[in-house]
Amino acid sequence: MKKVAGYPDSLTDKQFHYCPGCTHGIIHRLVAEVIDELDLKEKTIGVAPVGCSVLAYEYFDVDMHEASHGRAPAVATGIKRVHPDKFVFTYQGDGDLASIGTAEIVHAANRGELISTVFVNNAIYGMTGGQMAPTSLEGQRTTTSPFGRDVKEAGFPIKMSEMLTELDGSAYIARVSVHDPKHIRKAKKAIKKSFEIQLEGKGFSLVEVLSTCPTNWGMKPLDAIEWLKNNMIKTYPLGDLKTPEGVE
Amino acid sequence: MEKQQSVVFDIERCKGCELCTAVCPVDIISMSEEINSHGYHYAEVKEQKKCISCGMCATMCPDVVIEVYKEE
Repeated sequence: MKKVAGYPDSLTDKQFHYCPGCTHGIIHRLVAEVIDELDLKEKTIGVAPVGCSVLAYEYFDVDMHEASHGRAPAVATGIKRVHPDKFVFTYQGDGDLASIGTAEIVHAANRGELISTVFVNNAIYGMTGGQMAPTSLEGQRTTTSPFGRDVKEAGFPIKMSEMLTELDGSAYIARVSVHDPKHIRKAKKAIKKSFEIQLEGKGFSLVEVLSTCPTNWGMKPLDAIEWLKNNMIKTYPLGDLKTPEGVE
Repeated sequence: MEKQQSVVFDIERCKGCELCTAVCPVDIISMSEEINSHGYHYAEVKEQKKCISCGMCATMCPDVVIEVYKEE
């Protein structure tokens, strides 16, 4: 019998602390599988964020660094410039990347730093208890917007990926989702492409992954998957938003 | 040593989210009556013979619980 699916080499044995049905686990697995496939395990340095995935360094079996809230791209910039032969990625949530860390990601992308970012967007602050995030959808109920997000008061859902495509330093920007096996395979392809773009020295790359938060959305895991599919993709359309010339 | 099963669940890692049950094309994954040491009803396959080794469940699983084997 041939093994067709199993535990990736680049994950430690530690069980994820994420809530049941949280898609962070899927995205961790995809990143680890891509590291395995590109044979990068021994030359990878990852940067973990603050948020639910703050303990990412416990799960990836590669060298990892922790950054203060939102500063992962700045830390990754330093690591990559000192060790240009290493592969450097950041793993960040939407509270980290799209709120407190907006400046860092915009300037890292604008400088065209040779780093890859995995941006997990679940439209809410997960770790702190379900507060409204800049990425929360219009009308979305959260603990700090109990009557739904009012765009007149709180502004519109921020489209980080579209913003970053406008910068000359960014090479590859894509948005993917993990709500079914077909989209999970597409997400893996996008993450692989983003990692390859760093290895080829083409510039900054970012993959935004739409993710669920069953606990703070107040839904069962399967209902959360449906909610992502029916609501989030309308606001955050999927696809390759920017690709460098000569890359398919 | 050859594995006899097509799909193997590491039940201690399972958190009972049921995402795998919704994507199985032959609909053979169910939740257990028993609970694991964390208190979750884990996913299980009773009719291994019906498994087509497509790997959809393993693709969807957020906790890397599932290993899938295919006959060569």
